[in-house]
Amino acid sequence: MWRLEARREPSRSMLLLTPVLAVALTVIFGGALFAALGKDPVAAMQVIFIDPLFDPYSRSELMVKGAPLALIAIGLSLGFRAGIWNIGAEGQFIMGAVAASAVALAFYDVQGIWLLPLMLVAGTAAGAAWAMIPALLKTRFGANEILVSLMLVYVAEQFLIAMVSGPLRDPQGFNFPLSRSFHDSAVLPVLIEYTRVHVGVLVTLALVIAAQVLMSRHILGFRIRLSGEAPRAARFAGVDRAHVTWACMGISGACAGMAGMFEVAGPAQQLAPSLPVGYGFTAIIVAFLGRLSPPGIVLAAAIMALTYIGGETAQFALGIPAAANETFRGMLLFFLLGLDILVRYRIRPRRREVKA
Amino acid sequence: MKLAATVLAAAAALALGASGVLAQAKDHVKVGFVYVGPVGDFGWSYQHDVARKAVEEKFGDKVETTFVESVPEGPDAERVIQQMARSGTDLIFTTSFGYMDQTVKVAKMFPNVKFEHATGYKRADNVSTYSSRFYEGRHVIGLIAGKMTKTNTIGYIASFPIPEVVRGINAAYLAAKSVNPDVKFKIVWVSTWFDPAKEADAAKALIEQGADIIMQHTDSPAAMTIAQENGILAFGQASDMKQFGPDAQLTSIMDHWDPYYISRVQAVLDGTWESTDTWGGFDTGMVQLAEFSDKIPEDVKKLAMDARDAIAAGTLHPFTGPINKQDGSPWLAEGEVADDGTLLGMNFYVEGIEGDLPK
Amino acid sequence: MDLSTLDPIALIVSLIIAATPLVLAATGELVTEKSGVLNLGVEGMMVFGAISGFAAAVETGSPWAGFLAAALGGAVLALLFGVMTQYLLSNQVATGLALTMFGLGLAALIGQPYSGVKPPSFPRLDIPGLGDIPVLGRLLFSFDAMVYLSVALVAAVWWFLTRTRAGMILRAVGENHDAAHSLGMKVVPIRLAAIAFGGACAGMGGAYLSLVRVPQWTEGMTAGAGWIALAIVVFASWKPWRVLVGAYLFGGVTILQLNTQALSLNPALPAGAGLIAVGLVWLGLSLRAGRPADLPLAALVLGVAALAFGLADPRFQIGSAWLSMAPYLVTILVLVVMSRDRTRAALNAPASLGRVFHVSG
Repeated sequence: MWRLEARREPSRSMLLLTPVLAVALTVIFGGALFAALGKDPVAAMQVIFIDPLFDPYSRSELMVKGAPLALIAIGLSLGFRAGIWNIGAEGQFIMGAVAASAVALAFYDVQGIWLLPLMLVAGTAAGAAWAMIPALLKTRFGANEILVSLMLVYVAEQFLIAMVSGPLRDPQGFNFPLSRSFHDSAVLPVLIEYTRVHVGVLVTLALVIAAQVLMSRHILGFRIRLSGEAPRAARFAGVDRAHVTWACMGISGACAGMAGMFEVAGPAQQLAPSLPVGYGFTAIIVAFLGRLSPPGIVLAAAIMALTYIGGETAQFALGIPAAANETFRGMLLFFLLGLDILVRYRIRPRRREVKA
Repeated sequence: MKLAATVLAAAAALALGASGVLAQAKDHVKVGFVYVGPVGDFGWSYQHDVARKAVEEKFGDKVETTFVESVPEGPDAERVIQQMARSGTDLIFTTSFGYMDQTVKVAKMFPNVKFEHATGYKRADNVSTYSSRFYEGRHVIGLIAGKMTKTNTIGYIASFPIPEVVRGINAAYLAAKSVNPDVKFKIVWVSTWFDPAKEADAAKALIEQGADIIMQHTDSPAAMTIAQENGILAFGQASDMKQFGPDAQLTSIMDHWDPYYISRVQAVLDGTWESTDTWGGFDTGMVQLAEFSDKIPEDVKKLAMDARDAIAAGTLHPFTGPINKQDGSPWLAEGEVADDGTLLGMNFYVEGIEGDLPK
Repeated sequence: MDLSTLDPIALIVSLIIAATPLVLAATGELVTEKSGVLNLGVEGMMVFGAISGFAAAVETGSPWAGFLAAALGGAVLALLFGVMTQYLLSNQVATGLALTMFGLGLAALIGQPYSGVKPPSFPRLDIPGLGDIPVLGRLLFSFDAMVYLSVALVAAVWWFLTRTRAGMILRAVGENHDAAHSLGMKVVPIRLAAIAFGGACAGMGGAYLSLVRVPQWTEGMTAGAGWIALAIVVFASWKPWRVLVGAYLFGGVTILQLNTQALSLNPALPAGAGLIAVGLVWLGLSLRAGRPADLPLAALVLGVAALAFGLADPRFQIGSAWLSMAPYLVTILVLVVMSRDRTRAALNAPASLGRVFHVSG
């Protein structure tokens, strides 16, 4: 029999080895899946994993698709480290997008360079405020933040629908539940010509670095880590759990709200009920795949975006159905999450109980 | 908004400004399709895929077709359309209203690729728009329903209060009323295009309220299945749903994109493709009715067939005055025919329909 | 407004049918959560159960075989989650979300040959004589076997959790796995069993959709029912009988909304009715338990309900989106009230919910 032994420090070699191992296993099992569907497994892997990396447009789209995942996951990772479970980032993303759109549409007739910053403030604040609801209910009443934040996702989804079918609906839009298209000053500037890589990608990168500094250098980062790893020690050290909860929920909500603002002012340029495509939920997985560390999250977000973009190409280039891509992605996640154990634990043969 | 009435003639006959698009015959065309739902929805996306297969069958080696299914309307759609355009696709059909801005945007970047956007209203030199006059079919099923209902109550499952859906309700109601002055419509808005469980529940609610015929403007065949179970009658939507309700289905208004898609691919092969705006009905074959059920009496069948033929021939318009709006204010005078502009923006019920149009 | 066609019995009957998949899935998830495991993959297990049940029913021609296969399919998928979280110690939240993705994809893949196929019909139980009793006959004896089974399941789970030793052990494991372990309870096998049970129930809930309520298979047909089941467990404060009440309330909101439309009533009415129902239930529960502290809250809910009725005036148009929010807001409210009193919360919510269990050494 085998047993697990906790490592004192995460294994460095496993940290690098497990993603490779997971991808290898996914390639084997996914390849078998594609072969069973009568598709060339080698071609499929090439289209999904390799081709997007060597095509400039696909590379730019990796950034567009990966940035919101990374941004939300960075925010969430702070709380996850402290043992505070915000799983309602999807709702905070939506509220951020709605608030930013409301600002953009309120100043529909006014142009100005102040508009984008105002939208950013509105989106970020709305996301943070939405996340503060579970935070306050947690610290004031002890209500489980996992469940409250999850419930608030559905409330936010319905709120979005109510807004685009009501006050924010395009008056010339024939009753379609859509807002007007934003005018130019409400649209994020593009960094690379002919692509959709917007300023938000840069901001995301900056925030990744900021998060790294916060976690390793700042007193708040220390408190967050302490209250997650050693809650009792944290209490002795005078760390106020309520403050940590507010900080973590507020920051993660702000990041999600900001991602919502970037999405609506960047690639979407219009508020629509179809805007949320699950970034908030996928980001939770991204945060864990990245082992809650900023560089890991960036990498995980890139891999995740790769499977989406590669999967779309695989559909029209090889005729692989969307369902197969989704299954394939599920497999990859299971392998990555499952092998994570090798980083934190050592697998040892169980010692004989009776000594000879 | 200009609308060319006939498709088949449109591609060849109209010589609109085609600057930037080189007319050049080709011997091989790559055609791409972007679907909003899974191809297995047995409704909207399914029917577009049927037409895609028809294109393949018709042209054989001369075409290569590809598709991407379940593409969310929004930023993801733009990437899919662009990836398609970049991969050497000559003609791209984007088959949902929500792809409108994305299609136009990508089209600007790829002037040599032709785009066809379904149900939208924004065009460009290399972007055509097309849609069906589903309401013509609604007129015919309205006649059948009005004649065949025993409870004088027709149940109508509606999705969103957009002009297309409102138009369908009005067309069906006016036709039913014209043959049965006592007819009543019970309308349930489900706020979704595709949620089989909710559609099934809506059908059950309507049946409980005395509806003996169900019409739907949502995409899944759930309501048909429920009608079959409860021994009442129903009309299919988008595709022939007879297999879900062999006894229930009277007929179905089928989206029939085959003739349009074939003509557009042909135009690209011939080098005669031009940006057009098509709103086709019975006349072009874009709207068709599934085989009539034996349950429809001969005289009703004849009434329905005659109406269909008259609409196809252009001698009958489903919206011919006198028609008042719901509040009693006059809309169309005696003999007046609705113009396409009003139809495309229709946001009111006609007189006699009960209930408020949700805002 | 014409109420003459309103048939309250038919309304209740269709409400119960609409709620049955929720009852099944939520009861299963309740057991899983009571053992201290939070499985967010209910949606994935439901949709997988929907297709495996559908496929089995079509292939064998027997809906019973379908439900059996659905339970098995759901349990297998749940065990995948179980192995990941119990042996490989992966995070439950992330693994549950991945399970939903995987389940939706796999179900769609398996289901491709089955769209457009008609399943064998699942007959209503017609007990001779009973079904003909006026009112009660239709209200109590007009369902299919799965509806009775779902209620029986709730009863069985209640009995198991509160009256049996095994149930006590399960709760102990969910409450404090370290203490349970040191008392010699086998935490991991017990949790695996609870996870598998949850999966089996979710699978049957999915199959009820594809075999009875709709009945047909279409991709993504659960359309969020699994997430509602998660909400119901919270709403029910981890008590089996309240799951039944919660499922009927959540399912009822949709049914009422559709029915009031068919009646040409203002859709705000069901919101008011729903809120009043919740308020009364709450009032009843708190009175029974002799907790007058909850009375102001019940009064608040009733007040909100009265407000909703006020807004039902046709001059104010309330979009259906606002109504759809109501059950979730009520759930949060319930959660807050329940958590307010720590000692009481501890009796219901499993304290180890979502925590990783690992014995070192």
